[in-house]
Amino acid sequence: MGAPLSRRRACDLTLKDRSVVSINDLADDEIRLVLDTAERIAELAARDEHPDLLGGWVLATLFFEPSTRTRLSFESAMKRLGGDVIGFQEGASTSATKGETLADTIRMVSGYSDAAVLRHSREGAARMCTQFATIPVINGGDGAGQHPTQTLLDLYTIRRQFGKIEGVTVALVGDLKYGRTVHSLAYALARFGAHITLVAPKTLQMPPEIIRALSERGVTPRVESALEGVVPDVDVLYMTRIQKERFPDPEEYAKVAGLYRLTVPGLKAAKAGAIVMHPLPRVDEIDPAVDATPHAKYFEQAQHGVHVRMALLALVLRGEEVLKELYGGRPA
Amino acid sequence: MKELKVTPIKNGTVIDHITVGMALQVVRILGIADRGTSSTVSVLMHVPSAAQEWKDIVKVEDRELEPKEVDKISLIAPKATINIIRNFNVEEKHRVALPEVVVGILRCENHNCISNSGEPIESRFRVVRREPLLLRCGFCEREVTDVLANMK
Repeated sequence: MGAPLSRRRACDLTLKDRSVVSINDLADDEIRLVLDTAERIAELAARDEHPDLLGGWVLATLFFEPSTRTRLSFESAMKRLGGDVIGFQEGASTSATKGETLADTIRMVSGYSDAAVLRHSREGAARMCTQFATIPVINGGDGAGQHPTQTLLDLYTIRRQFGKIEGVTVALVGDLKYGRTVHSLAYALARFGAHITLVAPKTLQMPPEIIRALSERGVTPRVESALEGVVPDVDVLYMTRIQKERFPDPEEYAKVAGLYRLTVPGLKAAKAGAIVMHPLPRVDEIDPAVDATPHAKYFEQAQHGVHVRMALLALVLRGEEVLKELYGGRPA
Repeated sequence: MKELKVTPIKNGTVIDHITVGMALQVVRILGIADRGTSSTVSVLMHVPSAAQEWKDIVKVEDRELEPKEVDKISLIAPKATINIIRNFNVEEKHRVALPEVVVGILRCENHNCISNSGEPIESRFRVVRREPLLLRCGFCEREVTDVLANMK
């Protein structure tokens, strides 16, 4: 993916003090920088080296909606970098129940912390917060909207596995209509030159305007409704959960629930190096027996989330100067 | 029978080159249908036009438009011209200009958008495409499918 970090000049780096609401807020080079930095952090962690990049810095985790992975991995990321975390895990324990606006909450939090991660039930909440905050705001998921750090860790997982994203064939499987994180991932994969296969029943297929937009970016996705024929051809099977709450009609949900269930026999035809990914939580899209196969990468994927979020927090809070510390004597 | 003609107005605004069929929507935007007016309002529909083949015209006496009203008209009649008349003379004439970002005049169609939740913000829509018009919410990124139904 482009020039290695060591050849880039510090003045090219621009993430300091930036809010990240959508993956589209980041240029290709900025995404590469986050992934490169995450890789360096992982490299150091493997040697049991944990650079104290954010000692004295405070992250606010504002989770108006419950979340397990996103909140814990952000908190873990901040603490592993020597920083501290304040925040709450559900809106019920905040002044929002007294009628305080989110705008007021984020203004107040700006005085208490150096950056904020927000999860909120309403789409556009994080974007609005950037209007009122004096600190960088990172979107940890807004309703059915954006979830940029999920896209970053998905890209990171693919790149770590294959050494690149360009030319890798990725099948997105399941609810491609309502799952907007899958939409962001599809756009990001297209930006980096992956081949895309879309596997969904007709009623849950990727919206036509997105397929058109992908084609305009030079990626014409293969569209399928059956998983079996796709398994032998792809490098990545990206499974998603079909979410019951998205269906106004329970009968419609019953028709598609359990349509795609990945099993060990179902993976027999897969390429030896093919991987299975899932944003988690899974329900029954992946048989637990698959966990023991070398294809299963979803728990590693979740683990990568910590390194990716460490990289993003370090770059947003301190910018390019962290690279000097991460690369030590080596040119950054 | 006495013939009624649309006569020139002394003071007020002539909105010309309105997309044919949109005159009554312009009247609605100006609040005349809801709030009424003490002056004369003339509506001409399906009038021949050299530039557009057919057009609508709305003449409002004793009234000059607010910038937000002009922005709203630009959304449904992008070729409209606003002529400000003072003492029977056209004092100012300009074409409506669709702004890059449409602020405070539309509601987001997404009920779950933060802009529909009582926060102290004005709605914002980015103009993605002008012809045919495509607007996207600056908060939740949902596209607008019906401009008229979502006008405030």
